[in-house]
Amino acid sequence: MEALLDSEIKQLEKKANEIRQTIIEMLVAAGSGHTAGPLGMTDIFTALYFRVLNHDPKNPDMEGRDRLILSNGHIVPVRYAAMAHAGYFPVEECLTLRKFGSRLQGHPERTKLPGLESTSGPLGSGLSQAAGIAYAMRMDGAKSRVYCAMSDGEHDSGNIWEAMMWAGANKLSNLTGIIDRNNIQIDGYTESIMPLEPLREKYEAFNWHVLEVDGHNIPQFIAACEEAKAIYEKPTVIIAHTIPGKGISEIERDYRWHGKPPNKEEAALFLNELRTMQGKIASEHQ
Amino acid sequence: MLIPEMKLKVNIFGTPDMAATRDGFGAGLIEAAEKDPRIVALSADLTESTRVEAFQKKFPERFIEIGVAEQNMAALAAGFAEYGKIPFLTSYATFSPGRNNEQIRTTLSINNVHAIVCGMHAGVSVGPDGATHQALEDMGLMRMQPHMTVISPCDSEEARKATLAAAAGDGPFYLRFGREKTPVMTAADTPFKIGKANVLYRADSPVCAVFATGPLVHNALLAARELEKEGIRISVTNVHTIKPLDTETIVREAGSAGALVSVEEHQISGGLGSAIAELLVQTKPLPQEFIGVHDQFGQSGTPVELIEHYGMGVSHIVDAVKKAIARK
Repeated sequence: MEALLDSEIKQLEKKANEIRQTIIEMLVAAGSGHTAGPLGMTDIFTALYFRVLNHDPKNPDMEGRDRLILSNGHIVPVRYAAMAHAGYFPVEECLTLRKFGSRLQGHPERTKLPGLESTSGPLGSGLSQAAGIAYAMRMDGAKSRVYCAMSDGEHDSGNIWEAMMWAGANKLSNLTGIIDRNNIQIDGYTESIMPLEPLREKYEAFNWHVLEVDGHNIPQFIAACEEAKAIYEKPTVIIAHTIPGKGISEIERDYRWHGKPPNKEEAALFLNELRTMQGKIASEHQ
Repeated sequence: MLIPEMKLKVNIFGTPDMAATRDGFGAGLIEAAEKDPRIVALSADLTESTRVEAFQKKFPERFIEIGVAEQNMAALAAGFAEYGKIPFLTSYATFSPGRNNEQIRTTLSINNVHAIVCGMHAGVSVGPDGATHQALEDMGLMRMQPHMTVISPCDSEEARKATLAAAAGDGPFYLRFGREKTPVMTAADTPFKIGKANVLYRADSPVCAVFATGPLVHNALLAARELEKEGIRISVTNVHTIKPLDTETIVREAGSAGALVSVEEHQISGGLGSAIAELLVQTKPLPQEFIGVHDQFGQSGTPVELIEHYGMGVSHIVDAVKKAIARK
């Protein structure tokens, strides 16, 4: 892949800001759902859908496409919003999130919406599905890659460690894990609930190649995805350090925003903040 | 009398051929894999006892070792199926679908992928291994999941056919197999269709209908013969598909007999008996007796000892038929 131009970075950051606005709008309309996680992963999902993935929004089942498995299904608003902005479906449909009859279920269901690839919500089983796809791809000699977005909190679950061990043992170099290392889970901070550190060393001990990035630095994340393609004989995991609720000062770093949506008044303030930031992003790159 | 169209083996009341349903699965898996290159087999460190060993030898590149990790196996299978493979995931039924029930629910059933969960060592007839390894809840667990097809073959030949049918089907499947060698009743030309129960035996104007699943179908046939000697006329139906249930055959047989007995090597809650009761209470409520394990766990012993101890022997079926008739 060619090096990113400054203008392209600026475009991606602008797109991330638009996706954040959509996330706020859809959560307010839904009246329930998770806020901090989707906002914290917006830069990464923007990079994935607008730069990293080989995919076709007009042909979600495209032969040879890369697969993105979302393991922590509760942050699916960021995926829906990114997919809508990428052209999978109209952005307006995002407002049906969590509503009766919607294709945008509270937690993602593969059979409901083309392009979702898997069904998730109960934590800890996404990496297994991603590893299964990666192994099957390799059996068929496919050149495409599998990406698996995970939360840090779901690493409390044994199933993930089973999948890590299996993927490492099978040298699934076509698999890239992405951990949203935002240090929060529902009951509090991850290191208080069930310490995960040293996370890098744990993955390394399971025969993974480990990269750490600033999850809000889009070019850095894209570069890590590129590096992963050059690693043979091992799967790669990108530990992406993120700020939950990134982009909205009130939500950032406060775990209480993990599982609730903003109300209408809060949303108006948040959208204003995001729209103002759009101006800031433009000035920084001029 | 035995229904001629069922083409049952002639020696089933004498010295029947003996084979384990898991062996029929092993043969069926290879046959299915020869026809369809998408088929892969996943093993959780039980390759020999789940009868996947021959597949492993024949198709080493399509055999996938998971290790002792049934939750991983179920979700991995979902990945294989999402990509377009047809995974058979194999272990003992107490572990799969026992331990990994949630992964099966989310990643196979809600996800609605074509994957086949194969649970071996079902029932108390596992024998000496004891309660931890004797699956008695698996049909209930799997039957409650939407999209799931549940099949419990009566012998090794039917197990082979069920394996082929599941491979050619769609959506998630649960296939239930036993460890022990049990009588082979059916032949290659015995009909087998998913969702179509087979009436194997029917006296003139039966006064009780027996519905059995799994290898206990043989005990039900032996009971029918005993009852025939006493002049008690019954029918015996092999309900190999627990879900979708053959409502037409069951309502017809039970309805004309006026009383029924369900026979299964499973807890009486959740399995075949429950499924039939749920059906009949909505269509034609009738006296029903339940042969199965009555809210207990198993224990170590020989298969015959355990089948008798838990009330699933021929004499128990005979008594249950009389009781059901008396309740008319």
